[in-house]
Amino acid sequence: MTSRDTIFASIRRSLAVKGDERIRASIAEDRLDRSPKGVIPARAQLDAAGKLRLFVEKAEGVQATVARVASAKDVPGEVARYLRDNNLPAALRMGDDPRLSAMPWKETSIDVEKGRSHGLDLSAISHAESAIAETGTLALVSGHENPTTLNFLPDNHIVVLHAADLVSDLETIWQRIRKKFGKGEMPRTVNFITGPSRSGDIEQTILLGAHGPRALHIVVVEG
Amino acid sequence: MSSRPTSHTFKDNAAKAIQDGGVPRALKNVRQNFIDKRVKAVEALPEFEALRESAKEIKNHTLEHLDLYLERYEQKVKESGGHVHFAVDAAEARAIVLDICRKAGARTVTKGKSMITEEIGLNAHLEANGVVPVETDLGEYIIQLRGEAPSHIIAPAVHLTKDQIEADFRRVHTNLDPKRDLTEKTSLLTEARTMLREKFLVADVGITGANFLIAETGTSVIVTNEGNGDLTQLLPRVHVVVASIEKVVPTLEDTSQILRVLARSATGQEMSVYTTLSTGPRRATDVDGPEEYHVVLLDNGRSAMLGTEFQDMLRCIRCAACMNHCPVYHQIGGHAYGWIYPGPMGSVLTPSLIGVDKAGHLPNASTFCGRCESVCPMKIPLPKMMRHWREREFERNLNPAVARYGLGFWAFFAKKPWLYRLSTRLAAKSMKLLGRNKGSFQSLPGAGAWTQYRDFAVPEGETFQAKWKKRAAK
Ligand code: SF4
Repeated sequence: MTSRDTIFASIRRSLAVKGDERIRASIAEDRLDRSPKGVIPARAQLDAAGKLRLFVEKAEGVQATVARVASAKDVPGEVARYLRDNNLPAALRMGDDPRLSAMPWKETSIDVEKGRSHGLDLSAISHAESAIAETGTLALVSGHENPTTLNFLPDNHIVVLHAADLVSDLETIWQRIRKKFGKGEMPRTVNFITGPSRSGDIEQTILLGAHGPRALHIVVVEG
Repeated sequence: MSSRPTSHTFKDNAAKAIQDGGVPRALKNVRQNFIDKRVKAVEALPEFEALRESAKEIKNHTLEHLDLYLERYEQKVKESGGHVHFAVDAAEARAIVLDICRKAGARTVTKGKSMITEEIGLNAHLEANGVVPVETDLGEYIIQLRGEAPSHIIAPAVHLTKDQIEADFRRVHTNLDPKRDLTEKTSLLTEARTMLREKFLVADVGITGANFLIAETGTSVIVTNEGNGDLTQLLPRVHVVVASIEKVVPTLEDTSQILRVLARSATGQEMSVYTTLSTGPRRATDVDGPEEYHVVLLDNGRSAMLGTEFQDMLRCIRCAACMNHCPVYHQIGGHAYGWIYPGPMGSVLTPSLIGVDKAGHLPNASTFCGRCESVCPMKIPLPKMMRHWREREFERNLNPAVARYGLGFWAFFAKKPWLYRLSTRLAAKSMKLLGRNKGSFQSLPGAGAWTQYRDFAVPEGETFQAKWKKRAAK
């Protein structure tokens, strides 16, 4: 008997089942098919403006900073301002996301480098797949468009969010992911990010910038 | 592995912790930082109670169909290009991880915070076989430098003060300027960040635990605040997830139900900073991420808990609310429990996993005030299960000495009127009131810096549950 067999046999002995009971299997199948939602907090079931207001409040409540711009072409200007105001070098790493690539970076003095991070970048920019109003959480997916290393290695992480991609809750994100990748399929990584990195391990004092970014700046594109 | 759990000397451990008395400035913070924050987060979410019930039902349903969801989970991991390994016990899990490390030619491995790798004693095993494990969670890093076990399941270094941590950093980080200024907590954090950054970038294998395994998609989920778990699973060529079988949940929706009660109960956050879903290795279109993705699924006595009065314990999501609210834990600290799971959840789980003969008196580490159950997001009837263990000791008459020990523990508490009073007082008040009742913990004489605990423990062999089942089958 393999260890796998031993474990399954032990589970089934304890549950007093054989594992081939039709009704039992159909109950599990049904749950996997239907994915029932459960309890959804009322808090974020709002119109677009209400969701945005809640998202900003929640994100700022966990020490992210948020800027709102009218359209995608305004993003480089806002990023240049952010870097300048924080005394950061005008250098930025980004992936191949076409939405980011289409922005007028040449109109700023920012030196843009493409590709994953190897830990030498002070600032990086990513495009969010979506975001959750309920908790001020960003959702990013892995891929060459937005490499996951950009979310964790740089000191400053800037994330662009299209207001139209903002949803109420996690459950809506699951639906979007299923639509985009197929039922039961996932991108390699989905990162939910709620504020900059922190630790409470030294006498329970919350300190920002543990291992991930020390600062998280969200640029919301409203148009 | 010669080290063993010291839970069997719990009474002495506890007495020593209380006598040492020089305690916790550090533990004092538990009140403000865990209890108050939890109450605030719970009050801010009117649906919290309904979510607790929902989370409980999800786990109950999953446990009743565990074999089926595990099969689906395994199938989905394989479809996404990952490998699944099953381990009956700790020794097998250690051997599997070491084998993966060897095949990867690993010299150093980074580790995200994982209670399961503590449970199987992985670090000592890797070290003994020439692979250097580096804990990367700040608290775990600190206790690894000290050669200690965690004293709390989500705040492993909660028993230490800033000055102790500073002394450890000066002792170990000898390549840095001895005159550097480490008076600020932030400078300690920055120093750890710098030291560990180098490790992240050179590690060959990254090992994490999992808060959830999602059957629908073959996904492992980690929930963290520091970002160390993500760097651990993202940068090395090989990612190994070590998780116990009851971490499975059916769907993405089920995961989000439980996520809503997890962070609130643990740290009072609405969402932890990083919730990361990982599914298989690097894809063709990826430019980063691990090339190999392994999951080691550990049983170690859990399958034998199913169908018994201890099945409910398998709902536990390791949020630590029960120990944060436990008057006994507050007084004796985590190390006195003698194995890696302290507080009420440990008092129930430890006997199940290492055998009642090695831990049978832990269920007496309770004043039966009921606070643990009242805050447990998964509604686990902890006091009732501690009572079950006590009854079992008597009924089965397995070990009269253990039962006597239990009574001895009661006597031990009865001789400490302040603790006795505290527990009855606690029982009389609702959680909500307590959360606001300033001073109810601060006024206590401290206890618990139990820093002599160095011998880290690995349970071996059959669990009590397994033995019991065998006997019952005869
Ligand atoms: S027993 Fe409940 S309160 Fe304690 S760690 Fe587990 S889930 Fe949290």
